[in-house]
This record gives sequence, C-alpha cells and structure tokens, in this order.
Amino acid sequence: MIRIFGILAGLFFSLSVLWAFISGAIAVAPVLGEYGQFTEPMADKVFHEKHPPALHLQSDGPFGTWDLAQLQRGFQVYKEVCAACHSLKFVAFRDLEELGYDKGQVKTIAAGFQVPGVDPNTGEATTRPGMPTDYFPSPYPNETAAKAANNNAVPPDLSLMAKARHGGPAYIHAILTGYGPEPEALKQQFPDFKVPSTGHYNKYFPSLAIAMPPPLTAEGQVSYAEGQPKPTIEQMSTDVSAFLEWTAEPKKVKRTQTGWPVLGFLLFATILAYLAKKQVWAALKPKKKHTA
Amino acid sequence: MSFPWAKQYEPKHPLMRFLDEKLPMPRLVYNAIGSGYPVPRNLNYMWNFGVLAGFCLMLQIVTGVVLAMHYAANTQVAFGTTEHIMRDVNWGWMMRYMHANGASAFFVVVYLHIFRGFYYSSYKAPREMVWLLGVVIFLLMMATAFMGYVLPWGQMSFWGAKVITGLFGALPVVGEPIQIWLLGGYAPDNAALNRFFSLHFLLPFVIAAVVILHIWALHIPGSSNPTGVEVKSESDTIPFHPYYTAKDGFGLGVFLILYFAMVFFLPNYLGHPDNYIEANPISTPAHIVPEWYFWPFYAILRAFTADIFFGLIPAKLMGVLAMFSAILCWFFLPWLDKGPVRSGHYRPLFRKFFWFGLIPTMLVLFYCGGAPAEEPYVMLSQLATAYYFLHFLVILPIISSIEKPEPLPYSITEAVLGKDEAAQLGDSADTAK
Repeated sequence: MIRIFGILAGLFFSLSVLWAFISGAIAVAPVLGEYGQFTEPMADKVFHEKHPPALHLQSDGPFGTWDLAQLQRGFQVYKEVCAACHSLKFVAFRDLEELGYDKGQVKTIAAGFQVPGVDPNTGEATTRPGMPTDYFPSPYPNETAAKAANNNAVPPDLSLMAKARHGGPAYIHAILTGYGPEPEALKQQFPDFKVPSTGHYNKYFPSLAIAMPPPLTAEGQVSYAEGQPKPTIEQMSTDVSAFLEWTAEPKKVKRTQTGWPVLGFLLFATILAYLAKKQVWAALKPKKKHTA
Repeated sequence: MSFPWAKQYEPKHPLMRFLDEKLPMPRLVYNAIGSGYPVPRNLNYMWNFGVLAGFCLMLQIVTGVVLAMHYAANTQVAFGTTEHIMRDVNWGWMMRYMHANGASAFFVVVYLHIFRGFYYSSYKAPREMVWLLGVVIFLLMMATAFMGYVLPWGQMSFWGAKVITGLFGALPVVGEPIQIWLLGGYAPDNAALNRFFSLHFLLPFVIAAVVILHIWALHIPGSSNPTGVEVKSESDTIPFHPYYTAKDGFGLGVFLILYFAMVFFLPNYLGHPDNYIEANPISTPAHIVPEWYFWPFYAILRAFTADIFFGLIPAKLMGVLAMFSAILCWFFLPWLDKGPVRSGHYRPLFRKFFWFGLIPTMLVLFYCGGAPAEEPYVMLSQLATAYYFLHFLVILPIISSIEKPEPLPYSITEAVLGKDEAAQLGDSADTAK
C-alpha cells in the first residue's frame, strides 16, 4: 500500500516539476537561438568587471605576516582621507598597538580624535579628546546626518569591508583605482546608459556608478614619512587596502600561525592512530594461522 | 539484545564493583561502545561517520556554550557582540570559526552517513527504527543550523530568516498567521532573534537525546555491514573495543586534520561575505543564498516555477511542499525499497541507479541551489528534481521487485577470509550442509 502511495506521490511531484520545466521551455522557445540571453543585456552586466585584479599582500596565505610599516601607512591614509566620511566602529585606538605604535603614540593618536562625551558639570552631550580605550568615532552624529551630507548614500563602516565583499582587499584596491571616464564602447553600445549626477563611473562597482567620489586623486595626497615608498595613488590604495585587511581580522596572522602547530600535532597523532589501528587489527590475522 | 557471545562486563577494582552495583554506568558504556558490543568484522571506513557525527555534535555543544557566554541576542548588539568575540575575547575567533566550520563539518559527515545508508540500504529491516530516528536527527540539525546562522544578525542572517519563514506564508489560509506566530512579528526582529537563540541553545540537547535513542535502536539488531548479510556466528563479529575504537580513532585523526585546516586557513570559505554586513531590513542583498548544506533542497524549492491544476496549487506552495517532501519521503524508504538484499554491492540495477542517477542528481541540485535563479540553472534543477522524486518514490519500489540480486556470500566470515578459512571455522555454506 505504501509503495502504491509512494509511486503516486512520486509521479505527482515529478510531473509537476516537469510541467514547470515545459512551461519554462515554451516561454523561452522564441529565443532558443540565443540560449542564455533571455533578457536584454544591461550595460552594468556587460561592462562591470566582476573580478578585481589580484592584490598581493604580505599577510596573504598560510605563511603570511603583517607588514607593519605598510599597515601604518594605510592607517595614515585612512585617518587623512577615508575618516572624513567612513567610520571604523569595531576598531579601538588600543588596537593600534598591534601596528607597532607604542603606548604613548597610541595616546597621542587617540587624543587627535574627538569622541562623544558628557560634560561633567552640566551633563550635556559634548565631545572630548579620545583615549586608547575608545573606539574610532563616526564622522557623523547619526545616520540621517550621514545621508544628508552624501546625497542620501550612507558611507559604510570600513571595519569589516575586507571581509564583506568578494575579493576582499583586492576589491577595495580595485574600487579605489577603478575610476575613470566612461569608455567609448559603452557609450556606443548603450547610448541610454547614464551615470547619475551624484554618481561616479567605476568599472568595478556592480552598477558602474558609485556614490563615493574618487577619494585618492593626486600623488602625494598623503605625505609618507622619510624612507617610505612614494605615495602614488597605486601605493596609497594598496596600503589602505592592507590596513583594512587588518581591521577586518586583526587576528588573521595569529590564526594561521596557530594553525601550523595544531596541524603538525594532529598529523603526528594521526600517524600514531594509524599504527595503533594496524597493530590492533593484526591480532585478527594470526588467528587464521592458529586454526590452520 | 546483542549476541549471546558478547563479552560480559567484569569490574575488577572495588570502586568499579561498587559503581556497577549502585549505578551500572560503566557497564552501559562497556556494552554500548566497549568490548561488550560485538560488531561485524568487515565494516569499511564508511562506517566511521556515525562516530564522527557524534563527535561533531559534542564539538558544537562545547564551542557553542562558550560562544553563548559572550554573545547577546538583541538586534541592537548581536552583530557587535559577534565582532567582540572575534576581536577581544581570548581565543574567541577560534571558538567562532570552530563553531561555524563545525556546522559544515557536521553536515559533511552526516551527508556521508546518510548516503552510506542509501547505498547499503541500511534502512531495511530490522533497522527501520534506527533510520527513522536518523531522519529525525537530520531534520533537527537543519532547524538548528538555520537558527544558528541567524544569530550573528548579518545581512544573510536576516534575509535568510525572512525567506525561510516566508515559506510558511505559502500555506493556504493558515500560512500567514503561522509565519507571524513563528517570528513574533511581521518580519524578523528582536522577538525572532531571541527565540531563535533560545531554540538554537535547546535543540542540540534534543538532538543528543535522539542520538541516544538512535544508538539504542542500533544496538537491538547490531550494526549492519558492507555485505548486508546478517551476523550468523561469533566468528562474524569482533568486539567494538579495541578494533573499532582504533579504526575510528584513525578516522577521527584524518577528519580533524581536514577540519582544522579549514578553521585555521580557510575559515570563511564556506561562508558568505554579505554576512559581515550588519542586518539591514531596507537593503536586500543581490543574491540570497542559504548555507551550502541547504543547497540541494533550496534548488528543489525553486524548481517549481509554474502553478499546478490551473492555479489551484500555486507554484510557491508546490515548491514548499516538494522541499519538505524531499526529506519526509526518506521516512518511508524501509517500506518503499522492499527487496531482501541490502548491500548495493549485490544489487546490480540498484547500483546503476545509485551511481548514475541519485549521485549526479544530488550534485546538480547542490550546484543549482547555490547558483542564482537564472537559466540554465532553473531548468537543470527542474530535471534533477523530477529525477529525485522518481528515484525514491518510483524507481526504488519498482527495482526492488524486479531486480535479480547477485549471489551473496554465505557469511561475513566467508566474505572476509574466503571459503577455505571460513570452512575451518565451521562457518561456510559447505560446512553448513
């Protein structure tokens, strides 16, 4: 009985889904000649560069380490350029010690930021200089203010940006350096495509029009300390991408460095387990000889 | 239960004798996973995954309890406390990555465990109850994993919760009230997050309880084996300890190497970048995809794109029914697949449909479930879905009646040692005559 019901139920589900298949096939039949292009291609589908070019950082891979000088340069770029619009709310000033700054330097950096506070005399909301235990303050008092200042687009928090996009730091680097004029081919192929007046053409951004104006516009926009590489746009962009890789996962290098001893131990233990298994099971074979 | 030749527990130390008299816990363990449990001598490494699944459950409970000490289930702070665990809690990043990848590892071993059951027809009599309880565990795991993924309150958490609870809204008449009741509101919000956390904490212990029943039910007939021939005599079995504790120990080592390689070197590979963006009810992600272990069933859900019976059953409802039926039909397998021979080794027709039908179908469904709802993925998943239901509900009942199985070995001993050796042990077809 169960089998008859089973067969009926199976046929019901299979025929239903095949019916959906046939209806779908009928709907697309007129365009079967160009299979795969059921809708008009959109400009942002054709010209969007889905895969950012590779970006090689010292922290990459299972043996990666932080390039502290690069992280400090990247922090400088964040502080002098990005911080004007973007918050970094999951990073505390004390975390900067991991970039090689000493306690005194961290104190100075923190004091350079104004964080929300309370006036001890009146209890009114005010601001005070930051302390190492504070987190990076948002450049805007609230989301409404952020929208008002940016044509209704809220600049996203950057703490986790390198983990929140496909490609990670390579994507950030691609966006920062992907601005430019609309290509002639795009204008010819899609005459209707227009970057809105509040947007900026960027081939790595999914809609091709990003609200953020090009943040890195000139060589030397940030002046690096003596002995550091020349602050070209490419260099500044790479440095800040490396810095955001660190803010997204400050424990990344500790993670891979923990991994090796763990795997080494497990490999050793597994070899022992294999030998133990072999020895235990060997007891089953001599039994044959005894009986023989 | 168990076989008459099973070793008896004999406590030697006075303390153990005392314990055995008052509360025979050591005896229970001895008979369950110790020397007192006789197991077929021919189990291959596919029989390793039950133990590994049990290990994963314990791993998830331990890491999960630690994470719960630092997490707060409130939409205002949930995302922040997750980052607090990643940044400020000592070894918190390792706990969280172990828990997130532990869920994936749990599903990997459970899928292998289930497909071992399919190939060797482990569900057949006398082990129907073991199978039914196993399917219950799988359903509980899916519910637990789904609710766990909501807790970090990222974009995929929120939109995943919205899509999955929205499925209940497809039911006629009662759908919307049920959806609102489940969420405690019209959309996922604080009420939903709180109850998901509560249930995510509770369900693993329910799973542990059902696992105990699963093992209990297994010990009544004893373990199956790759030949599918039942145990006939003492020479067919060996004690679980030390033989299978040693074999499972090696398997556990291999599992841990792969698992920790993921945890330490590719911890976010199986995750989705969008879940590192805080939940935002007014911004929908471009592609909402569940975690990988739901992909085959998500593909079945989305395969139903046309209304049935001129709109009597809307496409969405049909998809929801099919998705749940895709797992519920497993409950009936012991009665749908009736042939006397268990192991796929000796079932030529069944074996063909397994390797060239079911396995490719599952892979196609898996791939399409993770892909965007575009052609050709929709059409592929429709064909695969059709085969999926045909396989379990139509093909299995039919082949189990028409198939001519290959000759079985007389006994497990004969299968392992060969005819001559087995005859010397008095355990072969020749000596039986």
